[in-house]
Amino acid sequence: MRLLVGLMAMASLLAGCGSPPWNNPYPDQQAGGKILYGAFTERPKHLDPVRSYSAPEYAFLAQIYEPPLQYHFLKRPYTLVPLTAEASPEAVHLDADGRLLPQGVDPERIAVSEYLIRIRPGIRYQPHPAFAKGADGAYLYHALSRNEIARLDTLADLPKTDTRELTAEDYVYQIKRLAAPWLHSPIAGLMGEHILGFEEFSERLQDVAPASGSGERAFVDLRPLDFPGVEVVDRYSYKVRLEGPYPQFVYWLAMPFFSPMPWEAEALTNQPGMRANNITLDWYPVGTGPFMLAENNPNMRMVLARNPNFHGEAYPSEGMPGDREAGLLADAGQPLPFIDRAVYSLEKESIPYWNKFLQGYYDSSGISSDAFDQAVQFDAAGQAGLTEEMRAKGIGLRTAVETSVWYMGFNMEDELIGGDSERARLLRRAISIAVDFGEYISIFANGRGMEGQGPVPPGIFGHRDGEAGINPYVFDWQRGRPRRKAIDEAKALLTQAGYRDGRDPATGRPLSIYYEAMDAGPDGKARLNWIRKQFAKLGIELIVRATDFNRFQEKMRKGTAQVFMWGWNADYPDPENFFFLLYGPNRKTAGGENAANYANPEFDRLFEAMKNLPDGAERQAIIDRMTEIVRRDAPWSFGFYPESYSLRHQWVANVKPNLMANNTLKYLRLEPDLRERMRAEWNPPILWPVFGIVAVLVMGAVPAVVIARRRERSAAL
Amino acid sequence: MSGYIIRRLLYALPILIGVNLITFVLFFVVNSPDDMARMQLGDKRITEEAVSAWKADHGYDRPLLYNAEAEGTAKLTDTIFFQKSVKLFAFDFGSSDSGRDIGYDISQRMWPSLAIALPVLLVGLAINISYALMIVFFRATYIDVGSVVLLVAMMSISGLFYIIGGQFLVGKLLHLVPISGYDTGLDAAKFLVLPVIVGVVGGIGTGTRLYRTFFLEEANRDYVRTARAKGLRERTVLSRHVLRNALIPILTGVVAVLPLLFMGALITESFFGVPGLGSYTIDAINRQDFAIVRAMVFLGSVLYILGLILTDISYTMVDPRVRLS
Repeated sequence: MRLLVGLMAMASLLAGCGSPPWNNPYPDQQAGGKILYGAFTERPKHLDPVRSYSAPEYAFLAQIYEPPLQYHFLKRPYTLVPLTAEASPEAVHLDADGRLLPQGVDPERIAVSEYLIRIRPGIRYQPHPAFAKGADGAYLYHALSRNEIARLDTLADLPKTDTRELTAEDYVYQIKRLAAPWLHSPIAGLMGEHILGFEEFSERLQDVAPASGSGERAFVDLRPLDFPGVEVVDRYSYKVRLEGPYPQFVYWLAMPFFSPMPWEAEALTNQPGMRANNITLDWYPVGTGPFMLAENNPNMRMVLARNPNFHGEAYPSEGMPGDREAGLLADAGQPLPFIDRAVYSLEKESIPYWNKFLQGYYDSSGISSDAFDQAVQFDAAGQAGLTEEMRAKGIGLRTAVETSVWYMGFNMEDELIGGDSERARLLRRAISIAVDFGEYISIFANGRGMEGQGPVPPGIFGHRDGEAGINPYVFDWQRGRPRRKAIDEAKALLTQAGYRDGRDPATGRPLSIYYEAMDAGPDGKARLNWIRKQFAKLGIELIVRATDFNRFQEKMRKGTAQVFMWGWNADYPDPENFFFLLYGPNRKTAGGENAANYANPEFDRLFEAMKNLPDGAERQAIIDRMTEIVRRDAPWSFGFYPESYSLRHQWVANVKPNLMANNTLKYLRLEPDLRERMRAEWNPPILWPVFGIVAVLVMGAVPAVVIARRRERSAAL
Repeated sequence: MSGYIIRRLLYALPILIGVNLITFVLFFVVNSPDDMARMQLGDKRITEEAVSAWKADHGYDRPLLYNAEAEGTAKLTDTIFFQKSVKLFAFDFGSSDSGRDIGYDISQRMWPSLAIALPVLLVGLAINISYALMIVFFRATYIDVGSVVLLVAMMSISGLFYIIGGQFLVGKLLHLVPISGYDTGLDAAKFLVLPVIVGVVGGIGTGTRLYRTFFLEEANRDYVRTARAKGLRERTVLSRHVLRNALIPILTGVVAVLPLLFMGALITESFFGVPGLGSYTIDAINRQDFAIVRAMVFLGSVLYILGLILTDISYTMVDPRVRLS
């Protein structure tokens, strides 16, 4: 027994003596490295910038590909600044005869908007086999035989790599790729409406491209194929021509869709047999950014490594008031990036993700509902703060209201709830008052959100704060904050609409309204019950039609839904990106994104004027009028603007939520030594329970052995 | 025996066609080709033209099961079902709807599944058999009663509890192994310890109870009584006679599940972040990737049939009285 206790004590001591933590999921060689550790919950679907259109994919792509523009890391409101471009391009407007028009001209006269983009010389691509050439100057890997391709497992099996300078032609090549029908770019339809000759070019490509064989399509060199919408001016300049005015186009120039694509990469990966070996541009991105994808195993791990050919960029020297005090300008002017690698592990479940964050194996984390109470507490003033446990670990909390809106939509093509009649308008307003999204945020989002007052969330031009910004049809301004109107006011509106006590005058029975729910699972049940109760406050019977997301979308496209909830996350920080969700010609039933199928001629006219104006007093006045119209008509009950909470460890610096920029990895700075110390301190192996279990088993075995021996020695009966 | 095996393989063909048809119908009852296209293309700004183009590019622009506009046999062959199914029987799984080669992905992902399933099977078998033998040895004592109560309790606990409890206890509280993750080569070992422990512990209740029953049944047979009457010690009786004869149902049961080890464990792989075939299937269902779902169901059916044939063969090997005809 003494021996056992001694062994236990010795093992415990040994476990704590200087050795790295046993539960460290990373190789020991990585200790002390400038490596960021993160996780992804879902495998990225696409890594080809022509196809990718989701935040989890942009988390990787934006570090690799460099469009001409980017968002300033620190400035608010969100400001576009050059990335590879010399300067942010200004639109030049031409009339139908090709004559130059002055700035501020009537948008009706603008036939073509032309953007000249100059990129900086000297920018080079990451090392890539597509650029490798032999002594004769021919590309080494552009004409591989079937047998050679069959032997390839990954792109790393092509040993020689090289680089070349970024040119304007690469940007033009990518815009042509957007039009390639076989690449299924999600913005091809939208760009077809704006880029001159884009749709015709797309049709032409369909005709000239060879048919795909066995799912593979031979390389189509798009360089010699021209169309009027894009033009290579010289090695470092190119033009994009749009039909009419579209000032929001510059925001697209900050998205991966408009990144450069070297034709050599397509020539390499589109050889017959490459696709069968999973060697595609969708799997092996090639860019000029600060990082390159060193390992792409989305079933396990994705690794970004510093691009040795990165052109260099300096940490911003300007920020917002308070940024300097927060240490966000301490690295001003320092060369980027600060880290060497970023390792992202697949972590599908929130519990292990959270526990590994607490152990120091992930540098940052969101907060799931399960862990919210452990991480966050609210003070008497309702301000969110960290719990004592989190503060003791030196964890920091960052919050930001997202540039998103969740709303309850009313189908304006529905006979009961839709339409322009005063009856329907009053009914919608009554429901807007009754459905208490403040309570919803509190119950279902742990208080992470702001009640919506209009279509435009905070941080986007056109949003008004304070008393001037409240929706007067739903809220009153009381004691310095918006307060939802009393339910009696909603009932009064309902009575005015002809539905006293929520009863249908035609039948005398409670008014029945159908709610389309896309969260039909067990998690959604509480939510659906809550929504039912909100309608019940007015005496309205809400009939929930729970379905899956596919059927939900189908009903929305067909316009057969009555009431529903949906959301929108901004593509770019412009009010046009929210008001277009209520623009008549953009109705869902007409193939657009206006899910409520709202159409108001005055609103549509104002929208057309607003979208072409620069931010300023005139634009704000129009936005105010548009907001008033949709508040009055109430095609949406403006649900809430979600708020994101993120945690980071004390060894991570330069963290500022930027909801528009995706390429923020290059700004992060780490203190790896501190991380190592904290990991060792937080994760000492504890062995005594294991020895305890062994001891219990041994002690329990003694009487069993005694019984066994006694049995074997006893005489048969 | 070879005639028997060929006959069984031929019987498998209609079963596989039936399974394939049922999978197809069930999948397309829930998802239409339009839904699949939208899932692949994304939710935002997708036009009907883009959906049509995706369907045409991926061969989902045909009728599902019957092409009324086609002539002759093309009425059946120029359909999504036929075009997507026929290559399966040559084990050509084709590409997933997102463009990846399914055969390659399966060949990569079966190893992590095996890396967990095989140790769980072997270690679990050793522990369960030993424990069951011990209970039989101490039958009708407090050890027997206590063990049965413990085993029933262990059987009653959800597998998810073992996973979360194991991660909490071993990974979070004791800091002995990583909570989740995976790596290649020898580095995988530290990630396998916890899922294997969880798999083994989670299976003790059911396995030991079952084997205890097998052993008790054998222990009451005449030849065992004869062995005891000869004066053999109980340990010898159990290990040489009872164990050897009870191994027949145990081994045939094990052989039946051997091929299915490749298919992976759905929840375990998801919680431990193991890139095996279990998580591959779950991901495909969530992504509405019919090509992968179909391939995995087909593969599962083939392996199941293979397992049954192997079971029959193993009967002949462990029990000379059995002859396949």
